[in-house]
Amino acid sequence: MVVEPSLESIYTEIILDHARHPVGKGLREPFTAQVHHINPSCGDELVLRVTLGPGPDPVLQDISYEGAGCNISMASVSVLAELATGEPLSAFEAKHREFLRLMHGMGKVDPNEELLGDATAFAGVAQLPMRVKCALLGWMAVNDAVGQSLAAPVAEGEQS
Amino acid sequence: MTLDVAAVRAGFPILKRTVHEGKRLVYLDSAATSQKPHAVLDAERAFYETSNAAVHRGAHQLAAEATVAFEDARATVATFVGAQPEDLVFTRNATESINLVAYTYLNATLKAARGQALPDGAERFVLREGDEIVVTEMEHHANLIPWQELCAKTGAVLKWFGITDEGRLDLSGDVITERTRVVAFVHQSNILGTINDPAPLVARAREVGALVVLDACQSVPHQPLSLPELGADFVAWSGHKMLGPTGIGFLWARPGLLAAMPPFLTGGSMIALVTMEATTFAEPPQRFEAGVPMIAQTISAAAAADYLTAVGMHDVHEHEQQLTAYALAGLQAIPGVGIIGPRDMHSRGAAISFTVNDLHPHDVGEVLDRFGIAVRVGHHCAWPTCRRFGVPATTRASFYLYNDTDDVDALLEGIEQVQRFFRVG
Repeated sequence: MVVEPSLESIYTEIILDHARHPVGKGLREPFTAQVHHINPSCGDELVLRVTLGPGPDPVLQDISYEGAGCNISMASVSVLAELATGEPLSAFEAKHREFLRLMHGMGKVDPNEELLGDATAFAGVAQLPMRVKCALLGWMAVNDAVGQSLAAPVAEGEQS
Repeated sequence: MTLDVAAVRAGFPILKRTVHEGKRLVYLDSAATSQKPHAVLDAERAFYETSNAAVHRGAHQLAAEATVAFEDARATVATFVGAQPEDLVFTRNATESINLVAYTYLNATLKAARGQALPDGAERFVLREGDEIVVTEMEHHANLIPWQELCAKTGAVLKWFGITDEGRLDLSGDVITERTRVVAFVHQSNILGTINDPAPLVARAREVGALVVLDACQSVPHQPLSLPELGADFVAWSGHKMLGPTGIGFLWARPGLLAAMPPFLTGGSMIALVTMEATTFAEPPQRFEAGVPMIAQTISAAAAADYLTAVGMHDVHEHEQQLTAYALAGLQAIPGVGIIGPRDMHSRGAAISFTVNDLHPHDVGEVLDRFGIAVRVGHHCAWPTCRRFGVPATTRASFYLYNDTDDVDALLEGIEQVQRFFRVG
């Protein structure tokens, strides 16, 4: 018989804490790109801005956001803001790859805790096919905003 | 006579299964789709085992039996809603039924612009720039997007009635004008549970010569209805919400209207004469049933209508009203629970949307599911209605003849578990 993940292993203390006290919430200036991501099946909405610095491996100087969604989607973007803000893009990309591997692993993946930090708390969610998209909403949004920042050169005066 | 719920439940095999490690299934999502009794499942199986053949073609005995069963099903479903079989079209679902009407307007408008022949009376479906189509803010996407698209293609203008804070249609204002050609609205809201009285909207539509399209998906399965008495010109609903299978929908039209309509989907079965140059079309309802239809589904949907008739739609309705009143009282007694939609039993059906503190419905649904309670969470394909009430989504419990007070008690207890788990309330 398949043992189901317990509610406590899905809604971990880390997830509930981040949902109650989100890190980096609010929309801030300046920013290099803003995206609006939605989850059409449940109505979750996320407006997210990134500020990408200059150079070949630019630093994610800020991730700011406003959103409405479930504990899992809102905790995930909060964990991500904490993990990736101030990191070079290459580090975000490594974490993103590892998070995708975890979330698409049906609960069978042993995540790299050094890379993912609090994001390992989503291991239980990875066992719920209906909720994986909730955990990925923020990551997809940052990835999209980073891509748009790289594609559109920063306007004069927007970067100090 | 009151409903013997235990006897009803015994006829629904799925209600015997358990979920999440042995918990009783508390199915409170019949507004999304209903469960199926043995009578319906047996009818579908019996058709395939004894009479399966394509209808309205072929000369063999099976084809004849299948055709008779298919047309008998039309008569059965028509009788169930107080209508005549020649006014009933079979579609794949209610969404297709509404699209059929919307495309009638588009096709008539396009053909008229090119001077093509149309059936007598089809001019009422020809739209001109600036004509108006009226809907409400309470619509399921199925009764909104086809009209948005029709407007985008024809230059017609979409207008709508809003909703009051109590979850009723706000019929104030001059939304319906001399330019209004279609008034499309929901009979019972799938998200709020509100039952709209068609009479005032029908009366105003009549004054300006507009046709009325009624979405009856949530009303036909739950109350005794005689469609011709509602005053609408078109009524759409589906089989799967009234104990029937998926893949069968219905469109009823006021007598005589179908004959004035150009076809929607074209191909086999809907023709009179075909040459390489041109085609004339069959009389309705076949004109609107292109291709081999959903034969087994139609026959088992008729079995669902027979089943509901045997139980008695008055008793079904009465039972649901009692359960809904019980649930509304119980929900409102829990601190932190808010009802979105009518809070009393005046003109409301057995679908209740609610919020639990400031919890997101997906989190509510996830925890309820662990206790075996199946509710719907999300925007219920009525996203503008959610926006009207300032919420991204709601949790919805909906009841049918097989639900009992144990199910409602389980829901109420489940919500308290949700509050405990997330430490709110």
